[in-house]
Amino acid sequence: MIETTPEFLTWLTIGCAALTTYTLRLGGLLLAGRLPKTGRFKRFMDALPGTILLSLIVPAAVAAGPVGWLATIATGVCSVKTGNIFLSMLVGIALVAAGRWYGF
Amino acid sequence: MIKNHNHLADLKSGFTANLVISASVGAYGSVLGLMAAQKGLTWYQLLVMNLSVFAGSAQFVMVDMWLPPLPVIEITLAVLVINMRYLLIGASLSPLFAGTSLRHKMCFMHLVADENWAMTMARYHKGPVSTWFLLGGGICVQSAWCFGTLLGHRLGAVIANPEQYGLDFSFVAVFTALVFSFWKGRQNILPWLVAAMVALVSESLLPGKWYIVCGGVAGALVAAFSATSDKEKLHD
Repeated sequence: MIETTPEFLTWLTIGCAALTTYTLRLGGLLLAGRLPKTGRFKRFMDALPGTILLSLIVPAAVAAGPVGWLATIATGVCSVKTGNIFLSMLVGIALVAAGRWYGF
Repeated sequence: MIKNHNHLADLKSGFTANLVISASVGAYGSVLGLMAAQKGLTWYQLLVMNLSVFAGSAQFVMVDMWLPPLPVIEITLAVLVINMRYLLIGASLSPLFAGTSLRHKMCFMHLVADENWAMTMARYHKGPVSTWFLLGGGICVQSAWCFGTLLGHRLGAVIANPEQYGLDFSFVAVFTALVFSFWKGRQNILPWLVAAMVALVSESLLPGKWYIVCGGVAGALVAAFSATSDKEKLHD
């Protein structure tokens, strides 16, 4: 029987999470070397960064409600027009903050 | 040595390129710090978690599930699912790491987060970029992450009501601002539409964060099997 004091469980949980995350990080890189680098697979890997980021934000943006939608669109338009990530981000956050301030 | 000088220059340029986005990392990190303090995590437990796990959304879910007695297996599985994307992120970095030693890979991969990876890949699409640029960004993001979370943990009262200031939206805003650097033209329309739809549908059907992997893979599959991208990508 492993000793399960709260302190022990805390470090075990953090340790498991850290090991899992690091294995995924390194594993992806090491496995990629064994996969083809041309044709369909390359197009797949090229497209991944954009589609993953998009999948990360779309459900959260949709769940944020009308003000969130407006803020997301404004952030996107600002990013395309100015290329300034920080400014675009501030626009989005400011719109959401303003919306909540006025009770939307 | 000239080579070392270039490494240092790349490290610095990676660090500065990520300064802006790290401000937002620190901002949402402070929200995590607040949550962690409420759950009874000490500042040094949070710091060790930051340094060893170093994955924002996974740490949010960990802290959210942080109720004694700690469900170690459930938390580990949740972290596995949320961070499944790092397999793909790691794989996408393989051209950058071409020709490097295993030790180099092992040391550099730990500090890969969404932010410095996205910054590095955005730069990679324009020209050559080294793994030192990636590492410089990682150090910047990690520093901001630690600073933000510990600030939130220590000065909880300063941001007692993060929702009121739209800070919970910072996550969406950051990635929305970033995603457009990956827009390459009309060939993206269909893959991106499919990714968004699949992410939405799987988010409502599947538990946890599987929707990130589902949407990302579905969209990329469309790109892989669409005929137009054959002709548009001449450098293949």
